[in-house]
Amino acid sequence: MAVMESENTPESAKGLPMLSRPFGMLAINIVAVVVGILLWGLVTSFGVVGLPTPLAVAKQAVIQAENGLLWSDALASLGRVFTGFALGILVAIPVGFLMGWYKIARAIIEPYVQFFRTIPPLAIIPLAIVTMGIDEMPKIFVIFLASFLSSVVATYQGVISVDRTMINAARVLGANDFTIFRRVIVPASLPYIMVGVRIGLGSSWSTVVAAELIAAQSGLGFRMQQAQLYYDLATIFVSLISIGILGLIMDRIVMAIDGVLTAWQEKL
Amino acid sequence: MTPKISFKNVRKTFDIAGKTAFTALEGLNLDIEDGEFITVVGPSGCGKSTAMNIAAGLTMPTSGQVLVDNAPVKGPGPERGVIFQQYALFPWLTVRENVEFGLQIAGKPKDERRRIADHFIELVGLSDFANSLPKTLSGGMKQRCAIARAYAVNPKILLMDEPFGALDALTRVQLQDQLLAMWSKERRTVMFITHDVDEAVYLASRVVVMAARPGRLHKIVNVDLPYPRTEDMRLSAEFSELRNEVWRSVYHPAAAA
Repeated sequence: MAVMESENTPESAKGLPMLSRPFGMLAINIVAVVVGILLWGLVTSFGVVGLPTPLAVAKQAVIQAENGLLWSDALASLGRVFTGFALGILVAIPVGFLMGWYKIARAIIEPYVQFFRTIPPLAIIPLAIVTMGIDEMPKIFVIFLASFLSSVVATYQGVISVDRTMINAARVLGANDFTIFRRVIVPASLPYIMVGVRIGLGSSWSTVVAAELIAAQSGLGFRMQQAQLYYDLATIFVSLISIGILGLIMDRIVMAIDGVLTAWQEKL
Repeated sequence: MTPKISFKNVRKTFDIAGKTAFTALEGLNLDIEDGEFITVVGPSGCGKSTAMNIAAGLTMPTSGQVLVDNAPVKGPGPERGVIFQQYALFPWLTVRENVEFGLQIAGKPKDERRRIADHFIELVGLSDFANSLPKTLSGGMKQRCAIARAYAVNPKILLMDEPFGALDALTRVQLQDQLLAMWSKERRTVMFITHDVDEAVYLASRVVVMAARPGRLHKIVNVDLPYPRTEDMRLSAEFSELRNEVWRSVYHPAAAA
């Protein structure tokens, strides 16, 4: 039966013909960034604003890269993020499933999750420092909290949004509760979980930098804090740009993983 | 001969604060013979989907019971296949994996699963799409995949809840013919819910007409047209007479006693 042709129109046939080609988009992206840097160079070299020029920032970046400070700072920040983030996700997914699957668990856990969600993780830092000291523990704990809270809600939403008809379809094919959980609930909530992972990673990254500004002996946030004391604007810029680039790379990696894991989704 | 499916005084009400707020089904009595193809037609709120869900074991009746082979239905089971209007395919599985889903649960070995799945995928004409994901299929193809999936676990009964309701008119007619062709090769007892009077008459040996508020059986119309049904039959005088009879009883039922 020839009933499917009309639904398989290739994506490129829709939208603006010039912009829909990936290379065209990328070229425009690059031009936009180059123009932005040129503008930055223009306003700073004429002294319109008291900020370092792109060249000064690049020189500072080379110095920091050569003496290894840039790498050790980035590694320190990334290490904290991955430890806290991984712990957060590892706990959030089973807890989210529990909340979605058992009403009792939801009733017990939800008030805590909803309450702590309203507190910015950074506001926990003073308490964490007082109770856990000033080494790695309080920072990792705060990142854990940030990624846990955003992922647990997403996972729970995923479980309760699974189409009832799909569960019934599995049930009439003979599936018991465990099979339904493993073969329907888990895959069906995966897109939601991935949204939670993405948001969790973003909030972990912003939390680590802020935590390092307050209390740390290493990391990109700590470097900025030090530079601030000496009015070293170039170093602040190097740290800021590194934070942005690393955050972007991590987000793209999560998106790529998501694209592979949920390729089956019908995109509207 | 004992009926394959037997509704015994099945009543379903939805209660709010201990009071009956809505009577979905009021004392339904209906026998469906082994190998019979019946359609159930009626306005919305007549309880036709409720009746099917109770037979499927997905909904419990307030009182009364449904017997399948003389045993009361206590829950869903693979001997009663269900086909839903929304297809309910697992979108992360390919067509073949969807069809194999029930076989895997039944613990069938891999090569047997594959053989059975491919047989039914071929019967519904999806062989070229066995490795495709549901998102690449049209609505009609999705429903054919769902039919293959239901058939694969070898149910004795097929319960179909407005399966072609979301399809365009042409695809709908094509699928009706395919379903009947399949039914003649792989005979099962079929209870097919629809709101389309033409479809009800074309498919069934008996059309069960239901009425709403409260949901109840109104009339049973025998369709004395031989199988296989053909396009000529669809255009015949007997067909339109039957259709008119069903139409009148659906849209102008006598008031509830």
